[in-house]
Amino acid sequence: MTPHSDERYYVPHGSHWPVVGSVGLLFLMVGVSSWLNGADTGFYIMLAGLGIIIFMITGWFSTVIGESVGGLYNAQVDKSFRQGMFWFIFSEVMFFAAFFGALFYARNMSIPWLGGDSNNFFTNLLLWEGYESTWPTNGPGNVGGDYEAMPPFGLPLINTVLLLTSSVTLTIAHHALLAGKRAQVNAFLAATFVLGFIFVYLQGVEYIEAYQHMNLKLTSGIYGSTFFMLTGFHGMHVTIGAIMLTVIWFRVLKGHFSADKHFAFEAVAWYWHFVDVVWVALYVFVYWM
Amino acid sequence: MNTDVSNAHDEHHDADHDDHGPDKGIGRWLFSTNHKDIGTMYLIFSLTMFFIGGAMAMVIRSELAIPGLQFVHPEFFNQMTTMHALIMVFGAVMPAFVGLANWMIPLMIGAPDMALPRMNNWSFWILPVAFGILLSTLFMPGGSPAGGWTMYPPLVLQTGDAFPFLIFSVHLMGISSIMGAINIIVTVINMRAPDMSLLKMPMFVWTWLITAYLLIAVMPVLAGAVTMLLTDQFFGTSFFLAAGGGDPVMFQHIFWFFGHPEVYIMILPAFGVVSEIIPTFARKKLFGHDSMVYAASCIAFLSFIVWAHHMFTVGMPLTGQLFFMFATMLIAVPTGVKIFNWVATMWRGSMTFETPMLFSLAFVFLFTIGGFSGLMLAVAPADVQYHDTYFVVAHFHYVLVPGSVFAIMAGAYYWLPKWTGHMYNETVGKLHFWSSTIFVNLTFFPMHFLGLAGMPRRIPDYSTQFSDFNTIASIGAIGFGLSQLIFVWVILTAKQGPKATDRVWEGSHGLEWTVPSPAPYHTFETPPQARIANEAFE
Repeated sequence: MTPHSDERYYVPHGSHWPVVGSVGLLFLMVGVSSWLNGADTGFYIMLAGLGIIIFMITGWFSTVIGESVGGLYNAQVDKSFRQGMFWFIFSEVMFFAAFFGALFYARNMSIPWLGGDSNNFFTNLLLWEGYESTWPTNGPGNVGGDYEAMPPFGLPLINTVLLLTSSVTLTIAHHALLAGKRAQVNAFLAATFVLGFIFVYLQGVEYIEAYQHMNLKLTSGIYGSTFFMLTGFHGMHVTIGAIMLTVIWFRVLKGHFSADKHFAFEAVAWYWHFVDVVWVALYVFVYWM
Repeated sequence: MNTDVSNAHDEHHDADHDDHGPDKGIGRWLFSTNHKDIGTMYLIFSLTMFFIGGAMAMVIRSELAIPGLQFVHPEFFNQMTTMHALIMVFGAVMPAFVGLANWMIPLMIGAPDMALPRMNNWSFWILPVAFGILLSTLFMPGGSPAGGWTMYPPLVLQTGDAFPFLIFSVHLMGISSIMGAINIIVTVINMRAPDMSLLKMPMFVWTWLITAYLLIAVMPVLAGAVTMLLTDQFFGTSFFLAAGGGDPVMFQHIFWFFGHPEVYIMILPAFGVVSEIIPTFARKKLFGHDSMVYAASCIAFLSFIVWAHHMFTVGMPLTGQLFFMFATMLIAVPTGVKIFNWVATMWRGSMTFETPMLFSLAFVFLFTIGGFSGLMLAVAPADVQYHDTYFVVAHFHYVLVPGSVFAIMAGAYYWLPKWTGHMYNETVGKLHFWSSTIFVNLTFFPMHFLGLAGMPRRIPDYSTQFSDFNTIASIGAIGFGLSQLIFVWVILTAKQGPKATDRVWEGSHGLEWTVPSPAPYHTFETPPQARIANEAFE
């Protein structure tokens, strides 16, 4: 009645990576906080924390990859990973929802009210006389000074095309993986992360343009705040996603994935599509409408 | 009780030569991937925070015992109210329920462990870092945060050096909660014994499944809100600055979109614990199991669309006030279903009154008082009078202390013999119960009167007409605090009582009672037959 190993759910016996991660977080958070409070040493503590966290991530992942390649994970473990990834992405969606919520609230509530809408006639008259509700705006105080809004066409449109194309190439790579065509997987996966990195580069170009020529900054009132926080967090996610795709590409080269066992590939693909969907929402509500 | 399951279990255990018992030394705890060890760490951490937060409550009540300023500066008083809330919410109540979930969910559903054991370890070990950072702010220039646990701008932006530490400790608590919640959902969905369908799951598992969903949905929103505070403070954004087109009230909306589901995060697992205990000591099946599931789901859904009842006085369109008022009152319906079902479970049951049952009964009765005062607060025009008074303090302490905390105590007494293998001392347990129950009412009931008479919350001094009730509340608080030392004694002597049977309680049912007491280090390495365990009670 000894169960086969693939019937048993793999429970790892102890791991030091989580505690290493906690130490890294301690250094990171204490470092950033002291730095923000004006202590220069905080910056170096923060770097140390980041280093520890990167060390933890690589160590933890290589342990898991080793176990996966070693065949310790049965179908049920695979399912746990999939569900875990799904709920992680859901939490990310809700994080972005907070910032989209701020954007919608500002555009539909606070700015019209500052302009005297609803029962706020006297708010407008007494506090912000002459302010007219409009979007984009840096508020009745003209916070950050005059600026130009980011036009939806040009770089942002190119970026949209790039990211949407990368989703297509990724799907082609996925289908190729299912069909067992390794060369095609390699090529299209590489195309995907190259498109991702080009996106990040162009986003950087756009930021430099905004700061140097348009006087559009993080400090440009609510428009600048929502623009840079939303596109910034998105850009961070694209960067992380592109790094993940690169890792997956090397794992494909090493032959880690088969047509029926490739959770990591799919997890990264889901993440990439999520980043893509967020961009579409961003493009529509931040740049376009 | 059927012996088949435990025999089958032992048989499997013999075959598991490659499995280890616990490690020796500190490594067992630092590197643990065992749900029982991690559950224990959560519970001990929670109890520690309960006493640290409790000590702060003692400072608050000592200061308020008589009018005038006696012990602390007003600024420090504000730090105490803020830190007391943050520590009790994020450090005591939430980790306690995660600890119970860690210990009991795998045992209840017949899983070998949590689905993602390494992440489980990290969820826990982030907490000491988060609370270490938070508590360290007490010693910083400007002191710890003092603007209230709700962190409303612009007041919170006046916090001293503690400000970024506050923000990042909240981020860490969020990361820990999200990872813990993901683990619980995946465990419940993916790791159940083969013939345990969703609607056959014990209520504690069900309520935690719903709670975990709420956690994943709202903790990131809190992270977003505090991130905006951080960038407003240090990077010149204008989210909460009217001059820049933002709005301080926007923070309140985002915060309470998190905050209201958060209060159900703290009460739904309590519902689950009580739903396990009452059937055991009434020796009847839980009345209306499925309706309990639907009620809990309704409560969870409604929690997303009632947030603005925390801010009726802030200035909001009339239609908004009406919507949030009616949606809030609607919550009374599924909550009423739950209370009805608990009472109906006891109806004509063969009741006995061991300590867990006493705490559960007090829960049903006293939580209902908190529910009713909540219904009063939901009425927007009436809330204008109650808002920011001691009536609100009385309300949420009734749902949190004789609500959540009593349910945690009930769960601790109920499952302690399964954890330790020994019965606790029943006389001392009852003493703990009665002194807690008397003093908790002495503390919080007078606060209703104070609030209705107009005493504002978060103040270190008050008008002399409020003296008598405040003195009574302070006596109650000191008594309640001291009563909890009895619980510490119960925990410290938990292994000295008589041996517990596998079943522990005469009326208990479910898979967790089919494994030996104490539960072996590894349980259910191959899935059990849940049906066998269930049939004994049908």
